[in-house]
Amino acid sequence: MSPSAQAPIRHDFNPYTENGGTILAIAGADFAVIAGDTRQSEGYNIQTRYAPKVFRLTDKAVLAVNGFAADGNMFVKKVKQRLEWYRHAHAKDMPLHAIARLIQTMLYAKRFFPYYVYNILGGIEEDGTGAVYSFDPVGSYEREACRAAGAAQSLVQPFLDNQIYFKNQQAAPGSPHPAHLPLNQVLALVTDSFTSATERHIEVGDGLEIYIVLAKGRNSNELESLKGVAEVTTASEAIATGERLFVLRRELKKD
Amino acid sequence: MNSIASRFASTSASAAISRDEEENQVAASMWGSTGGFGNLGQVGIPSFEIPRVPDPTNFLRMHTDDRNDPSCRIKIQHGTTTLAFRFQGGIIVAVDSRATAGSYIASGTVKKVIEINKYLLGTMAGGAADCQYWETYLGIQCRLHELRNRERISVAAASKYLSNLVYGYKGMGLSMGTMIAGWDKTGPALFYVDSDGQRLKGDLFSVGSGSTFAYGVLDAGYRWDLSEEEAQELGRRAIYAAGHRDAFSGNTVNLYHVKEDGWKFIGNYDVTTLHYEGPGNVPGAVPGGYGYDVRTEGLHSRGAATVA
Repeated sequence: MSPSAQAPIRHDFNPYTENGGTILAIAGADFAVIAGDTRQSEGYNIQTRYAPKVFRLTDKAVLAVNGFAADGNMFVKKVKQRLEWYRHAHAKDMPLHAIARLIQTMLYAKRFFPYYVYNILGGIEEDGTGAVYSFDPVGSYEREACRAAGAAQSLVQPFLDNQIYFKNQQAAPGSPHPAHLPLNQVLALVTDSFTSATERHIEVGDGLEIYIVLAKGRNSNELESLKGVAEVTTASEAIATGERLFVLRRELKKD
Repeated sequence: MNSIASRFASTSASAAISRDEEENQVAASMWGSTGGFGNLGQVGIPSFEIPRVPDPTNFLRMHTDDRNDPSCRIKIQHGTTTLAFRFQGGIIVAVDSRATAGSYIASGTVKKVIEINKYLLGTMAGGAADCQYWETYLGIQCRLHELRNRERISVAAASKYLSNLVYGYKGMGLSMGTMIAGWDKTGPALFYVDSDGQRLKGDLFSVGSGSTFAYGVLDAGYRWDLSEEEAQELGRRAIYAAGHRDAFSGNTVNLYHVKEDGWKFIGNYDVTTLHYEGPGNVPGAVPGGYGYDVRTEGLHSRGAATVA
């Protein structure tokens, strides 16, 4: 049979792939922690051991993206661009709740050709409280105290529900569960979440990047004693008066 | 209303969708002194990017429809029980708070009642983003109506605005089943609006995967002259029943009451707590759990699991 006589072959347009990894964010009373591993994979192949999934947006807002890396990088780039325009127009950084709404409209603008990304936004609200916003790929969002997303979501989120929200735990008489945990405990939970996820999930590992946002005037004592912490606050005057931003880097297993 | 009429004169959604080759070029309005927000007050439907394939709707379904293909990549949150009913004392709106993506419980703390403004509530069933986005958008349009006409929009007009809007996207994959409840100059009003374009006025609706269970409780207990306390208890009890029997519903109940001076949030109730202990000391509620006590009263095995 000649090729022209064959029935036409239909090729589906499939622009998406899944690049593994996991992200996680926890809100404290006056801080927020946003973390992600740095492995990027496709199927059983590790493409790179260092591809950041957590990005500084402003000194008080950090965005973690997970899913399809190309969409994620493009999306972060466009959010940063909108935030820069906002800065030029208003001579200040966009408040966190407004960034959350911006992300909703930007995701929904591609309702019929979605970004394949799960976003978690963390930072400090205008009232000084720590906040986490989580999004689905087309922009539905909710403010929460903690959220895990990505490959190991189903391993990490139940652990967090138990340790942060104290789900299925009975408080001892006379000592109710705390509403917020202290920073050092939160950091311990985050590292434990990722080391455990690395043990049991093939797409998680290599490196861990934890961003820590501190509210205005909050002391940074707990962080100074830790090794591998770097301050990444951009506005020099903010170190004295504004929100402060730190990164904590840790190694994860590489097999 | 002429501007609205002309906008919806064409039923083709493609009018609202930009297929301009240069759509990715940034308009000047995006970065001037308005920082990309200069278009907020303008009348017009936001534009959507669509994939350049022969059948964009099929493309979207292929990647997002987890009912036909559980392995599809983009899982949009689904599953719900929502209800609303009109009665002598206003309107009761009650919803659950579970969001599922496939069989994973993506969230147990979803706000499925969308507070459009002080007098209008919308409920969320189907695509979470579709409901959240378009009901927020409806809120903007209702405020503009207020500013232009110096009068609050009627519930009938608001719900029709929404149904006309989603009808423009019919067949393109939007998924919403919503109830618009509010109080206007005609009194309490309730409408059901969905993404197929259906719009119904009525006294009692329930929407979502758990709606059949909620209807069972609702129809058995509904009367027009229910007291406010009885009505709130009926709403709470109906969502509890759905949360108990429908795997895609549960976690907590959110209860709202719409009255002449606007809506009021009544409370949030854990479904498991309702099962064993009931809503607590709440007006209208009978003491004791909704489920456990009635099923185990007098049994020898009762409480066996809790004995040390």
